[in-house]
Amino acid sequence: MSVPLIQTKNLKKYFKTPKGNLHAVDGVNISIKEGQTLGVVGESGCGKSTLGRAILRLIEPTDGEVLFNGHNIVQYDDKKMLEMRKQMQIIFQDPFSSLNPRMTVSQIIAEPIKVCKTIKNSREIDNKVFDLMETVGLAERFVNTYPHELDGGRRQRIGIARALALDPKFIVCDEPVSALDVSIQAQILNLMMDLQESMGFTYMFITHDLSVVKHISDEIAVMYLGQCVETAPSDELFQNPVHPYTKALLAAIPTLDFRDNKKEKQIIKGEVVSPINPKPGCRFAQRCPMAQNVCTEENIELKEVVPKHFVACRLL
Amino acid sequence: MSEHVINLKSSVKKRSQLKAIFHKFKKNKLAMFGFVILVILIIIVSTAGLYLDYEADVETQDMKAMFLGPSWDHPFGTDQFGRDMFARIIYGGRISLFVGLFTISIALTLGSLIGATAGYYGGKIDNIIMRIMDVFLAIPATIIAIAIVASLGTGLINILIALSISRTPQFARVVRSAILSVKEQDFIEAARACGTKDRRIILRHIIPNAIGPIIVQATLSMATTILVVAGLSFIGLGIQPPTPEWGTMLADGKSQMRYYPYLVVVPGIAIVLAVLSLNLIGDGLRDALDPRLKN
Amino acid sequence: MSEKLLEIKDLHVVYETDEATVYAVNGLDLVVNKGETLGLVGETGAGKTTTALSIMKLLPDRIGLIKNGRIQFEEHDITKLSEADMRLVRGNSMSMIFQDPMTSLNPVLTIGYQIYEVLELHNNKMSKAQISAKVDEILKLVGLPPERKNEYPHQFSGGMKQRVVIAIALACEPKLLLADEPTTALDVTIQAQVLELMKGLKDKFNMAMILITHDLGVVAQTCDKVAIMYAGEIIELGSVKDIFESADHHPYTVGLFGSIPDMTKKTRRLNPIEGLMPDPTNLPKGCVFHARCPKCMEICKTKKPQSVTKNDHMIRCHLFKYA
Repeated sequence: MSVPLIQTKNLKKYFKTPKGNLHAVDGVNISIKEGQTLGVVGESGCGKSTLGRAILRLIEPTDGEVLFNGHNIVQYDDKKMLEMRKQMQIIFQDPFSSLNPRMTVSQIIAEPIKVCKTIKNSREIDNKVFDLMETVGLAERFVNTYPHELDGGRRQRIGIARALALDPKFIVCDEPVSALDVSIQAQILNLMMDLQESMGFTYMFITHDLSVVKHISDEIAVMYLGQCVETAPSDELFQNPVHPYTKALLAAIPTLDFRDNKKEKQIIKGEVVSPINPKPGCRFAQRCPMAQNVCTEENIELKEVVPKHFVACRLL
Repeated sequence: MSEHVINLKSSVKKRSQLKAIFHKFKKNKLAMFGFVILVILIIIVSTAGLYLDYEADVETQDMKAMFLGPSWDHPFGTDQFGRDMFARIIYGGRISLFVGLFTISIALTLGSLIGATAGYYGGKIDNIIMRIMDVFLAIPATIIAIAIVASLGTGLINILIALSISRTPQFARVVRSAILSVKEQDFIEAARACGTKDRRIILRHIIPNAIGPIIVQATLSMATTILVVAGLSFIGLGIQPPTPEWGTMLADGKSQMRYYPYLVVVPGIAIVLAVLSLNLIGDGLRDALDPRLKN
Repeated sequence: MSEKLLEIKDLHVVYETDEATVYAVNGLDLVVNKGETLGLVGETGAGKTTTALSIMKLLPDRIGLIKNGRIQFEEHDITKLSEADMRLVRGNSMSMIFQDPMTSLNPVLTIGYQIYEVLELHNNKMSKAQISAKVDEILKLVGLPPERKNEYPHQFSGGMKQRVVIAIALACEPKLLLADEPTTALDVTIQAQVLELMKGLKDKFNMAMILITHDLGVVAQTCDKVAIMYAGEIIELGSVKDIFESADHHPYTVGLFGSIPDMTKKTRRLNPIEGLMPDPTNLPKGCVFHARCPKCMEICKTKKPQSVTKNDHMIRCHLFKYA
């Protein structure tokens, strides 16, 4: 089997807080094959954004490895990292704060090219900017406007164009459609899938929206309190969820079938707490309807239940 | 900042950012009023050499022409030494505006550097720098200036040093807080994601977004500086006679105030006009510089 | 037929700012019966929140103006009520829940006091002890332990804060609850908890509810009737069954459904509506949706469609002509 484009090994990121160490990402192992999309789902505070940023080294991991094409980039020095950055980019959730309000659309898109000096001739940079705008579906007339003059969907397209400016291989998409209206959200999702098809990007798609993640992902990783509790190919996960948390998450999505609403639903009680100095054992045990004493005794590793379907649950 | 403008075949014109700001600024009538006054003041003051002779009009005393009221020859009258008030006001204005401009430039540069370092790097560096600034801020600027002038002696240079030092902490604070509010935004992270160096992030992404409050602080601070210079001169620690300065003129005129009120009214109005116009400009700029506020 | 609680007739709301006039709501008709849940669906800028604020008479002073229309709530026409009278209605017979639970609670007052305050305001006959007992009761009702009533909002999580907000809104057992995206800021598992809670309480108090949301799933799970808004107009209105199962739909509704990734099918591409909402300061002639409509005809560009109703299922589109 070929080497995955992105792989993390026991990746950890702890934040120091006055109350103790916050284990935002705690021993996560994921891998993404080239040209595929890994969806990362979980509720707020589960560490999914931190994971994305730690992989890009926008925040330095506390421990563990990030392998890009088999090379551990955590050990790279600044100079080597600079080269790496051209290959991995990020798209943000908030189309307002992710664009510099003092720069025009063309300046924003050209900025990465100027910083990395991938193209030096200014006419060529202009051409590249126009190409990128066309790629993401931004009309030429917006080239000299400022982001605040545009709506959320167009702004998000600028963010995508900026991420594409350096011709990266791998893009972390941090909730890129959560702030958008449904019809715009669908336009952006289509765009991202088309881009993947034509240019072969590898995505890590972070979201809390399960219907979006199902739509776009090849594989899905479910995170809970800094740990990955279940990974599986997209269809397998939705057809055959194993971990009690995944089941609860799927049950909680309001479906379009209105006849459901008379049915009594399984809703998990309690809320997400923050993983500050967590105790060993399953972190979901507190809310888990099936928790037993063994669940809180020791840490639980991911186990392969069906080929390619891994679950971290003691009760298997 | 380099303007990267792409010319289009289509009819989209690029409004330059400066033009857009000025366009918005123009719509604010009060700010325009302040701007016009300041421009007039600057023109009158800077061309003074063309129609006034410093020696003859400003410093030479003429005991025969004491306390003359406003007239065609002496539009603002003459003072207790028979010197023309008009000429003295204008040359006094040179000093006031110069001191204001000079101290603000020094304090702005120094304060921005200090504040930007503290805000961007945070942590221990931030703590140490800002506690030192706090010590300065705890003492009123006027008192610091008095202390410095008292120990170094009076004179234009010492006043400039004193005022620059006493203004710096305010700029450091404003710049630091502006930077803190910008630093956490996603576009800074986007810049880091493509390997932008700290220097470029600060200069290209952070400062332009923090410039609004800084410029406003600068204009407002210039206004207070003019007041402080006048105050220092008034109590005798500032510009020394016979050099004219608005504060000194106020001090000189105060003993005769009851009989010749124009001696204090004229420099008083000059100070008010300068300070007011700067304040109005500051407010107008704050609104004009925010690209999110549509015109 | 059940009793009418709220009837809105030909409501027009504009926001007048220095630069332009924003036509936020344009000729809206709506009926809410007692004990019924109406889902108000639409994208940002469709006028959902403006409608709710008009009902509460909370439009921004001097800028938001009701230009025309009537809002009949029980025996009052809200558009004609004075501010003082309106205060008695607000909180007492109708109340509102806002989207962001973080900012709709006062951070310096305990949650117990914030509930107490509402009760005290509208029940001048109750003694202090009675009100306190009522506060405990309400907290239990929304699933919060009464022991925590002396804590401040920041000590609660997002979902619990939304429970507090609901407790405040329901303290006086209103007849109508306006919920503006009450679960949008919450995680799915918490959203499910809060929706379940709201459904339960609604039945308990036989309260009518207008649920504003952009999430069709939430609508399917909670509402009896659905109104779909676009550019300040209701373009389709009907029972959940009409909206989710009927064959006839406004093209915009079709586009909305095409935009959501379907959990049951694997489709490679979504079918979104192309283009953007029209500028509310400069609405197009004819049908407001015609510029984005895949089935646009000549008549749509010039003539505003009338509403066509069949068995209480209303569609405002030239494609439909029932007898």
